[in-house]
Amino acid sequence: MGSTSSTLSKIPNADELIQETGFTSAHLARLFERFEALDKDKKGYLSPQDFEAIKELALNPICDRIIGAFFSSGQEMLDFSSFVRILAHFRPIDNNRTKEPNSPDPINSRINKLKFAFQLYDQDKDGKISRNELLQVLRAMLEKQVTEEQLESIADRTIQEADLDRDDAISFEEFRKSLEKVNIDHKMSIRFLR
Amino acid sequence: MINGYLDRKLQEVYSQYLQERLTCPGSSPGYSLTGVEGANSHPTAPTAFRVFSIVLWIMLASLAKLGFHWSGRIPAVVPESCLLIMVGLLVGGVIYGVRHTAPPVLSAEAFFLYLLPPIVLDAGYFLPGRLFFENLGTILWYAVLGTLWNVLGIGLSLYGLCRLGGWGLEEVSLLHFLLFGSLIAAVDPVAVLSVFEEIHVNEQLHILVFGESLLNDAVTVVLYKLFESFLRMPTVSSVDILAGGCQFVVVGLGAQVIAPLFVFLYSYLSYLTSEMLHFSGIMAIVTCAVTMKQYVEANVSERSNTTIKYFLKMWSSVSETLIFIFLGVSTIQDVHMWSWPFVSSTLFLCLLWRALGVLLLTAVVNKLRRNAVTFRDQFIIAYGGLRGAICFSLVFLIEDFPMKRLFITTTIVVILFTVFVQGMTIKPLVELLDVKRKKRALPTVSEEIHSRLLDHLLSGIEDVVGCWGQHYWKDKFEQFNTKYLKRFLIREDKQPKSSIVRLYQELERREQMGEDDEGTEDSQTQSRSLLPEEMDSIRKILSNNLRNFNNKHITAYSRHTLHQDFTVDASRKACLQRHHSMGERHSSNQTHNNQVHFSLIDTKSPRPVHNPAEVNLNGPIRVTSDGWADSSGPSLQNQEQAQASSTSRHMHIPKKLSFVLENEREK
Repeated sequence: MGSTSSTLSKIPNADELIQETGFTSAHLARLFERFEALDKDKKGYLSPQDFEAIKELALNPICDRIIGAFFSSGQEMLDFSSFVRILAHFRPIDNNRTKEPNSPDPINSRINKLKFAFQLYDQDKDGKISRNELLQVLRAMLEKQVTEEQLESIADRTIQEADLDRDDAISFEEFRKSLEKVNIDHKMSIRFLR
Repeated sequence: MINGYLDRKLQEVYSQYLQERLTCPGSSPGYSLTGVEGANSHPTAPTAFRVFSIVLWIMLASLAKLGFHWSGRIPAVVPESCLLIMVGLLVGGVIYGVRHTAPPVLSAEAFFLYLLPPIVLDAGYFLPGRLFFENLGTILWYAVLGTLWNVLGIGLSLYGLCRLGGWGLEEVSLLHFLLFGSLIAAVDPVAVLSVFEEIHVNEQLHILVFGESLLNDAVTVVLYKLFESFLRMPTVSSVDILAGGCQFVVVGLGAQVIAPLFVFLYSYLSYLTSEMLHFSGIMAIVTCAVTMKQYVEANVSERSNTTIKYFLKMWSSVSETLIFIFLGVSTIQDVHMWSWPFVSSTLFLCLLWRALGVLLLTAVVNKLRRNAVTFRDQFIIAYGGLRGAICFSLVFLIEDFPMKRLFITTTIVVILFTVFVQGMTIKPLVELLDVKRKKRALPTVSEEIHSRLLDHLLSGIEDVVGCWGQHYWKDKFEQFNTKYLKRFLIREDKQPKSSIVRLYQELERREQMGEDDEGTEDSQTQSRSLLPEEMDSIRKILSNNLRNFNNKHITAYSRHTLHQDFTVDASRKACLQRHHSMGERHSSNQTHNNQVHFSLIDTKSPRPVHNPAEVNLNGPIRVTSDGWADSSGPSLQNQEQAQASSTSRHMHIPKKLSFVLENEREK
């Protein structure tokens, strides 16, 4: 393992990234090493195939959505900064941060975490989770355990529970509201990335 | 090699112990006393008499329990364990007064072999698995290090104080003090369970205290046996100490190896096996219960499931009652020796060291945890360190030496103090300090689905980042479970359903029964508006029915609120079953259709997602079979079924019912 500083020097805009994401330099260096390890062909960027090559990820029911979340704008190349920015969502929330009035929320704030989760459902990016999108996710998660009708009724019920403005889809606000009792910080953080 | 050496020592201890047992003929569980002079001269009793007396005790225990639940107000203030001890004291006093000899004493053998296993098995079976494993690191940290800290602290400081204090205890060796420390420092799961059940703190706190009390047995066993064996050796060399340390690890780990066996008899076997091999029986049985639960529930029919759970609760309830009563009875004896300074300093030191220990350990562990343990929680953890019957039995097992009676007295005082004073004041303190309580939210399918999605997401991210976090191990276990274990251990047609599906079905069923005419309202409000109706129907049932037998049977088990899956439902189910055998009535058993799988596993999901749906019905529930015929009956039942099998949220709707009932009675 190279020393942190030598690894950091390889990263183009390390300081800016540290500032933006809140990672420490040690973490950033570690992530860079991971980035390079994933990038087997040494292209300097990651492609979806590199992600698919991760064995355990391939077994995940929503692996394609996760990969899609990384390559959100449809491009096929993921550079290190974007990689890190996305992973920053999973840092535990810092409670001690002083709130400056005009600065934007940090990447790992609760709202941003929820937005990230939201986009896993909302594949067509229209700002709403339609019944169909919900069905797809349910199908992926529940696989062969349930019949199609059961899936549909579950999806219906989910929408019924959350949908306050009765447009038969779940907007981000409704999504956020339905998760207000869940400890998102606990559920969506990786200790490793403190 | 080292183990063999130590084993020989331990075998010597055991053979001596056995010899002592054999020299008291006619000794029976509940009547014998090991190692204390003067109180073991019971006449040889024929077997029938012995059994008769055991049954008498059990009946007494059940009557006592019923009495408390009929009295309504009292259980709210005084925890049941206190009341039972007081009953025991009364009974002991009576026996003493009548016969002028010491009453029968809780023998260590009876305790460890018969009374303790059901309780621990029950505790392990109903342990909220997912929460337990998430917090396992912290729990182990408290259990192992905390106990070590307490033992050494108490032992050494008592030794120091006795040397300095001149209380006439100078001849007592350091080893004796360490031995005493090892038995008095252990937090008792029975006592903790009985007190914490009634105060409903937030799940994290509950699992920490409770888990710690269960797991510290391994440490206690080892240290106790270690010091005891050292006591028998003329000199203690450093090799011995090192060997002791290794034993430590072996005991803890060995318990895990013994663990995966199946169902009641098997779990009892595992307990006995591990005890025979000098491993920690409690840990073995807990692990056994936790692991086998999945497979048992999946394989066995629903009715058998109910039976198993019901029996577990019943057994553990009886055991616990017996233990506390015996504790009270055994206090009345000739063997006491009092010493103000010793007793009070022991008490003080126990509290002090525990508080210090918790503070220090938490300071360290908070750096590694996601959810920090707050100061209030820490206070409750320290305050909730109740001692109980385990200390009591262990102190009797000590080989006789001049100051043994003092130790016994001190132990009893400490136990009584912790159970009474701490037990009674912990509830007001919890309210005073505004410790976070259990959440009382309705579960929603959305929450469940989104939570699941987030779990998958997090596993994926962990894979991307390459770290082996919690989710990684959970997933790995799940895959292993699905691929190998489940295929062998679960019948083909009984593959368990996803928790999402189960939750959804329960909510649907609840609604179908409850509101047929409310079509388009938001389902959340629908579910909530069910409550007043439910409460009305219950009130009606209660005021109408005063049948005895239902009453008796249910109240005996309402206290051990079948934590996870059952509210009063199970006891009612059992009622129905009993009714079956009596009259071949199939009442509304059809509603218990087989869609309700109380199984825990689904592929790719996190570990068992049970939720403790706690219903503490402080007053008696009077239900008869007639109640089932109404339409309100099944809906109530199903509502509770629904809540019972809902996941990862803690339901407290039935709890509201109990408040209502309480208020009603006070009117």
